[in-house]
Amino acid sequence: MSMLLGWSITIALVLLGIGMACAAFRIIWGPRAQDRVVGFDTLYTNAMLLLLTFGIRSSSTVYFEAALIIALLGFVGTVALAKFLLRGEVIE
Amino acid sequence: MNEGTELPAIAAILTATLLIAGAGITLIGSLGLLRLQSFYERVHAPTLGTTLGTSCIAIASTIYFSALGSRPVLHELLILVFITMTTPIALMVLVRAAVFRDETEGKRPLGGKTENEDP
Repeated sequence: MSMLLGWSITIALVLLGIGMACAAFRIIWGPRAQDRVVGFDTLYTNAMLLLLTFGIRSSSTVYFEAALIIALLGFVGTVALAKFLLRGEVIE
Repeated sequence: MNEGTELPAIAAILTATLLIAGAGITLIGSLGLLRLQSFYERVHAPTLGTTLGTSCIAIASTIYFSALGSRPVLHELLILVFITMTTPIALMVLVRAAVFRDETEGKRPLGGKTENEDP
């Protein structure tokens, strides 16, 4: 049973890593700035899920706190980038 | 994985299933981000990962730590509630910025009338 959980965690880590690679390609190749911001949003969500999965793998709750901080700061970052695209200034 | 031998079988199976389901759904969303054609199509795809993928993996983590500690551990629900509430806000602000940028360049963003357009 432990082997089942270990293999499923490994598979989930690989799938989330491929998802992060897709988001990174969209950040690099994105034809316009808003595509890159959506890629960044996907990248940090996948990274947060990767940290949650890694927390299950290592049976430690430290990764949960890192994932929570990534979720908080990623939201702030996406909204700030969107505000920059809208007005050219983040804080007016 | 280190202390997985103490885990009950039903909790291990539930955790494994939810982990693979959540990671697969998130991968489908990221592939959609890579493959879809226009920006307004692409912005829909990653929300698969932020709603269903995050739900599945957060619930898997909750089940795993609850079974490991023999007590309810609910702090992953914090991430679930926060991500589910903030992703629509961020993406709506971003799409409004994209519509504004398309309009200032003289393009019709959605191929028809836009809501800020004068009749």
